Amino acid sequence: MYAFEFEKPATIADAVAALGGEEAQALGGGQTLIPTLKQRLAQPGTLVSLKGIPEMAGICVADDGALAVGGATTHATVAASTEYPGLAGLASHIGDPAVRNRGTIGGSLANNDPAACYPAAALGSGATIKTNTREIAADDYFQGMFTTALEDGEIITEVRFPVPEVSNYQKFVQPASRFALVGVFVAKYADGVRVAVTGASEDGVFRWSEAEAALSANFAPEAIEGLSVDADGMIGDIHGSKAYRAHLVGVMTKRAVAAAS
Amino acid sequence: MPKDSGIGASSKRREDVRFLTGAGNYTDDINVNGQAYVHFLRSDIAHGTINKIDTSAAAAMPGVIKIFTAEDFAAVGGVPCGWQVTDKHGNPMQEPKHPVLAEGKVRYVGEMIAGVVAETAEQARDAAEAIELDIAELPAVVDMKAAVQDGAPKVHDDLPSNLCYDWGFVEENKGAVDEAIANAAHVTTLELVNNRLVANPMEPRVAIGDFARGTGDSTLYTTSQNPHVIRLLMGAFVLGIPEHKLRVIAPDVGGGFGTKIFHYAEEAFVTFAAKAINRAVKWTSSRSEAFISDAHGRDHVTKIDLALDADNNFTAIRTETYANMGAYLSTFAPSVPTWLHGTLMAGNYKTPVIYVNVKAVFTNTVPVDAYRGAGRPEATYQLERLIDKAARELGVDPIALRRQNFVTEFPYETPVAVAYDTGDYNATMDTLEQIADLSGFEARLAESKAKGKLRGLGVNCYIEACGIAPSNLVGQLGARAGLYESATVRVNATGGLVVMTGSHSHGQGHETAFPQVIAEMIGIDESMVEIVHGDTANTPMGMGTYGSRSLAVGGSAMVRATEKIINKTKKIAAHLLEAAEADIELKDGQFSVAGTDKSVAWGDVTLAAYVPHNYPLEDIEPGLEETAFYDPSNFTYPAGAYACEVEVDPDTGKVTIERFSAADDFGNVVNPMIVSGQVHGGIAQGVGQALLEGVVYDENGQLLSASYMDYAMPRADDLPFYAVDHSNGTPCTHNPLGVKGCGEAGAIGSPPAVVNAVVDALQRNGSNVTHIDMPLSPSRVWDAMNS
Ligand SMILES: Cc1cc2nc3c(=O)[nH]c(=O)nc-3n(C[C@H](O)[C@H](O)[C@H](O)COP(=O)(O)OP(=O)(O)OC[C@H]3O[C@@H](n4cnc5c(N)ncnc54)[C@H](O)[C@@H]3O)c2cc1C
Repeated sequence: MYAFEFEKPATIADAVAALGGEEAQALGGGQTLIPTLKQRLAQPGTLVSLKGIPEMAGICVADDGALAVGGATTHATVAASTEYPGLAGLASHIGDPAVRNRGTIGGSLANNDPAACYPAAALGSGATIKTNTREIAADDYFQGMFTTALEDGEIITEVRFPVPEVSNYQKFVQPASRFALVGVFVAKYADGVRVAVTGASEDGVFRWSEAEAALSANFAPEAIEGLSVDADGMIGDIHGSKAYRAHLVGVMTKRAVAAAS
Repeated sequence: MPKDSGIGASSKRREDVRFLTGAGNYTDDINVNGQAYVHFLRSDIAHGTINKIDTSAAAAMPGVIKIFTAEDFAAVGGVPCGWQVTDKHGNPMQEPKHPVLAEGKVRYVGEMIAGVVAETAEQARDAAEAIELDIAELPAVVDMKAAVQDGAPKVHDDLPSNLCYDWGFVEENKGAVDEAIANAAHVTTLELVNNRLVANPMEPRVAIGDFARGTGDSTLYTTSQNPHVIRLLMGAFVLGIPEHKLRVIAPDVGGGFGTKIFHYAEEAFVTFAAKAINRAVKWTSSRSEAFISDAHGRDHVTKIDLALDADNNFTAIRTETYANMGAYLSTFAPSVPTWLHGTLMAGNYKTPVIYVNVKAVFTNTVPVDAYRGAGRPEATYQLERLIDKAARELGVDPIALRRQNFVTEFPYETPVAVAYDTGDYNATMDTLEQIADLSGFEARLAESKAKGKLRGLGVNCYIEACGIAPSNLVGQLGARAGLYESATVRVNATGGLVVMTGSHSHGQGHETAFPQVIAEMIGIDESMVEIVHGDTANTPMGMGTYGSRSLAVGGSAMVRATEKIINKTKKIAAHLLEAAEADIELKDGQFSVAGTDKSVAWGDVTLAAYVPHNYPLEDIEPGLEETAFYDPSNFTYPAGAYACEVEVDPDTGKVTIERFSAADDFGNVVNPMIVSGQVHGGIAQGVGQALLEGVVYDENGQLLSASYMDYAMPRADDLPFYAVDHSNGTPCTHNPLGVKGCGEAGAIGSPPAVVNAVVDALQRNGSNVTHIDMPLSPSRVWDAMNS
């Protein structure tokens, strides 16, 4: 990697100030950024670690019953939590123990890898992404592969998840990376069902609205029967064709509904 | 009662204490005083003409000591190939020059263009980025069949075509084979791909060159399975350094699987550069570099026919294979698809005539060479997939069809030039049927069905030729080296032994298994024996470890040297006991006079050899040190039968391995635990090839599977607990230990079992799929089910 300066502020305000500097970049768990640096694909002047900020770490239930997860909370912490089983289950299958002990929810959502897991949970829960300046609804936040509503230097400080009645995430792994080849998050709320799909689309995570409508009417795997996503616009690569991914969206959605608890 | 020491004991691997506690000494752990670091600028273009390499800006960067390009290597040789294959017309193969640094053209993504030597590794890398390259891209050839079409872009302009050789074996049998196929009652044909693999040892390659100005001696520290071979090839053919001025040290080696056999340009570079700048030069491969610079394995495209008579006896086999050589000939590349592959096409079966045709092809890809099994997995895979297909076409039981055609009398001369000394293929199949619980399959099938899963059973046999090799034979076949092995056994005054062996463990456990043999022969504790290997300065000329040869060939050399020691100690004991030498017996570390109670201990005799006060000096020399070179008279032929049960998820195409069983005949077994470990690892790699691993290039020669994000390695949860058995050993008849070799078997025997099982699962479900090419990824299986 190229040489860089390193800062580890203790408050969000100090982190924001540090990120205002020339070529400064936030560092969460480093599980995406450090490999990128090692490949010399990025050259930040300063890395600002968000891991020393107590107000960004940990999980609590907010007054409105939503689960509030600090932006620097690790996957392992979320995996061990009990308030939102669908979310904890998703976190427990990200990477391996080392990745889960380092990687953070903020880093994952900021990066918005088209095959990452958390985007499906955030979109599938209608979460709110809180930053140092504003609150962004998940529906507005994800803007395509590796693209989000975040401005330069903006930090995800917290993610608020309305807790559904039942939910589940089904991940069909890409054999090499074990990221999601297709991952489907299903969440049933009093006012309807949300279905978010990751891994599959060239536009990144998306909501499968047909399935949402069908499941809102009848929350059962059979409700998906006959529905399909268009293979056009799906990712086709050495691990699976567009048609295969489109097919898996249906299979994983059914399985998520069947497993929802 | 299992033994607790000596031959047959599952002694714990003593080397693991240091490996598992971080006390190993790997090449990258070595740092030479004052060393500089090299970073290689590698081509990111698969095929192109180098118009200009401008190093001026890079040379001015901080810490840069010197930047080397092809011009600096003008006076030295290319990286040599160690095996010359003769084609079916009697002509030698096409053998292009393989320069240390690219000369005029780049021919694959990863080829070294320049070496930047600097004070630190980061400075070297920074400067390499500042080198200005002007390379005019040329069309690349990646597909082998396209590469041999008229008008295809040529990888090497000075060669007539991209065909390295067109080999026919046995050419004289071709007519008889064609005739047998034309007259057969049934012919089964299969076209398949043996997928290209990256070996991926846990330890990437490392090389450090050092030069001692005072003596003019060069030293190379390198991650090698065979340091003497590197010394010979690099010293004699590349750099012109006589062997007595060149020392090659390969300390602990963290896995090799074949890919650390070969002499690589990086090794020549650091040795040359160290002398040029008069400082040690170190290179440590990154994992990304390993993908584009370690020789790849396999990569065959084959069409195979099997002819059967009306009674289902095999009457002929004919194959046509395209074998990828990559852009240059790696050290043993030409031998892999020929002598290590064609000679195994008889498998475990008596087929009267066989013809093997292999076209080796240059492409704009990383060089391809031996990888665990080397040629034998390719032979086994074709044959065992084909027999399975034949059984299905004929509606007969695949095990019965195999049994019917087994070789049952030994020695057996195959029609492909090798003679199996011993074996009992029915016995290993009987054992397999038991340990795999084949009679319980139907019940498990029903259980899977109840879960909505498709279950399948795949069985296959394999045979391989190990213990490479009789030197006079391989010399006739084109080897440019002898393939004996050596050992020096040094007994110290107080009775401990040091064995300096030309074999070199890269994880196999030689430090444990070799002492077991000596402990057994002398009757002493294993802890009294120490193994020294991996350093040309203190081991006799040896050919190293590959081809499952270490115990069969290196162990035999050690036995011979130890026999010499025992003969000499008996003479000394006879003198001390005032008895006739013929009456001396050695047992449990005691020399005794037959029929008396007179005895003297091993340690007293060894002390006498070094303190020869009361000693037959007129007859024998003092000291106790003996060397033996062992050249085998034949290959060894491990064989076995494997069974795999899979479940296929019909919704996703995902295959899971539910059971895997292996019944092997390795001859005598010195350490059953180590042997089981070798089989376990081999199966993991074989399952990796069958289900997960595969190199993918795009049509421009860019490597798409260039990291673990896209190249799928097998992990623990991809594999079940295995049932392995090696109780059916038929001892090898021609080496002193009766051993056959076990290192590659698992990787050779397992891929067809997996693929046979998946095809079985699909066909039981009514599918007419007859073959799916490896790796059987979920998407490929799903595509096959839905096409
Ligand atoms: C072996 C391996 C396997 C993996 N498997 C999976 C998997 O199965 N599923 C999956 O979803 N992911 C997987 N990941 C990715 C992992 O989840 C990462 O943790 C995650 O993508 C990034 O989180 P991080 O905290 O490590 O971020 P970093 O790597 O530190 O940063 C990533 C990016 O986000 C920015 N950033 C970091 N934190 C914030 C913040 N709070 N606000 C704004 N920007 C921020 C950084 O500047 C950088 O651009 C895997 C990673 C590895 C190494």
